[in-house]
Amino acid sequence: MEVFLQQLINGLTLGSIYGLIAIGYTMVFGIIGMVNFAHGDVFMVGGFIALILFMLITAWLGVAVIPALILVLVCGMALTGLWNWTIERVAYRPLRGSFRLAPLISAIGMSIFLSNLVQVIQGPRNKPLPPMIQGTITVMGEGSNTVVLAYKQIVIMVVTALLLAVFWWLVQKTPLGRAQRACEQDRKMAALLGIDVDRTISITFVIGAALAAVAGVMYLMYYGVVNFADGFVPGVKAFTAAVLGGIGSLPGAVIGGLLIGLIETMWSAYFTIDYKDVAAFSILAITLIFLPTGILGRPEVEKV
Amino acid sequence: MSVRVTEAPAPVVGAGQPLLSVRGVKTYYGNIIALKGVDLDVNQGEIVTLIGANGAGKSTLMMTIFGSPRAREGRITFAGTDITQLPTHEIARLRISQSPEGRRVFPRMTVYENLQMGAAINDFAHFDEDVERMFALFPRLKERIGQRGGTLSGGEQQMLAIARALMARPKLLLLDEPSLGLAPLIVKQIFDAIRELNRKEGLTVFLVEQNAYHALKLAHRGYVMVNGVITMSGGGRELLADPQVRAAYLEGGHH
Ligand SMILES: Nc1ncnc2c1ncn2[C@@H]1O[C@H](COP(=O)(O)OP(=O)(O)O)[C@@H](O)[C@H]1O
Ligand SMILES: [Mg+2]
Repeated sequence: MEVFLQQLINGLTLGSIYGLIAIGYTMVFGIIGMVNFAHGDVFMVGGFIALILFMLITAWLGVAVIPALILVLVCGMALTGLWNWTIERVAYRPLRGSFRLAPLISAIGMSIFLSNLVQVIQGPRNKPLPPMIQGTITVMGEGSNTVVLAYKQIVIMVVTALLLAVFWWLVQKTPLGRAQRACEQDRKMAALLGIDVDRTISITFVIGAALAAVAGVMYLMYYGVVNFADGFVPGVKAFTAAVLGGIGSLPGAVIGGLLIGLIETMWSAYFTIDYKDVAAFSILAITLIFLPTGILGRPEVEKV
Repeated sequence: MSVRVTEAPAPVVGAGQPLLSVRGVKTYYGNIIALKGVDLDVNQGEIVTLIGANGAGKSTLMMTIFGSPRAREGRITFAGTDITQLPTHEIARLRISQSPEGRRVFPRMTVYENLQMGAAINDFAHFDEDVERMFALFPRLKERIGQRGGTLSGGEQQMLAIARALMARPKLLLLDEPSLGLAPLIVKQIFDAIRELNRKEGLTVFLVEQNAYHALKLAHRGYVMVNGVITMSGGGRELLADPQVRAAYLEGGHH
């Protein structure tokens, strides 16, 4: 029981991070029908930007932890967003209207470019961050059978929940979100109504990257290290989450993320930690075979 | 408005330059030509209809006006502005609206959200007022306000597509086969609405129809398109009485 509760907490924390990344995959897929292979690396870049900002703000300027965290989040989102905006302009937009696989190939190239760029600039080794938020709450149990909730886990879950609420409001209630959904459903019609489709796609990349940047900050805070290769595995897991939830569905991305996080931690606790990544990838394969539209995937009848 | 003088024939209704002028427009799909040099005018305050058989190129012309696909040759001007090379969304921002072929209602947005999309170009100024006008015009939409576009009936979708187009307060409304697949009663309702908008608000309408009888009765002027070229033009009643038009588009059609 304690083990289960503990893994539930850990799984939801990890799942929050995957969910934030998964939204970027699902949004981009929704609007231009492309699997953005470089999105995991954008998340990794977000982690590095966060690392550098954390160092600057706390070590050099001596800002306290909470304001520093907020500052890192805001700046990290802006910088990563700008970065992804540039990627879309340079690597994807010129290929729009070309053959279907062209942007995909470009995205794979961009993924390799980003991880290599970071490897060259930051070196191949793990980059550590001194623990920012320490301390735990003992939820229940005593001795060796305790269930603990770390403060950093609370921060991760609360920040994710807040951000998702803001994001949901943005997509559902603002003209920008509406334009985004309109482009997703019928780009040509959106243009006929005066929506600048290219701009809307750019904004989608910026939003996806901003959420990935937050995930990067959380990842860095949670594990305390980030590495140039860290885009790949979390990226594929988040992509799995998006597929599991139903690619194109925003709530699906979050649910998929939480599920993948839970499956990974439960697997590690009850089976073996060695194969936790295999578990996630097996789910991708199983979903694609038995549930190709995912949990909240759109029924075909609604397509026009 | 600028004062560019065109070599267009004197319009039947209204004076001065036409609101929309299409000159020598050629449109291709890949290497296949769909419009082979189209000339056509729509004047301020008119209802103009374009009739023609399936595949004649009517919808292609409607979309070419919006630059999607783009005319490879020729010139399209709206209110004196050359729009031939303008991006689609900027053409829309000049206040040309379209209810396109197939209606293209956003399937996973509610009726209300679809109307909001229509008002996007005027930043929701007078939005509530305009929604009320649309509900007065098409009371059915009011009953369906929270329903998703994809779950509406064909007639309701058509009403929504027209209402969405009107939410922009267009200077020119393009309607591509608003009667397609609809019951006669609903067709009448829609055509009555178009007539009313034209009479009361002076709305300029360019209407594409296969349902030639109703369209020509409604329109001030009409054009006939065959295989990507205009073969005939004239007053609505005049075309309606023309033996060739009757033989090709009316005999055996819906009356
Ligand atoms: N997207 C397209 N790609 C290729 N050919 C097209 C496309 N749309 C229409 N056409 C062709 O262009 C011609 C005109 O079609 P269209 O404008 O839809 O005619 P109408 O609206 O008068 O029925 C037809 O021969 C049609 O097959
Ligand atoms: Mg057509």
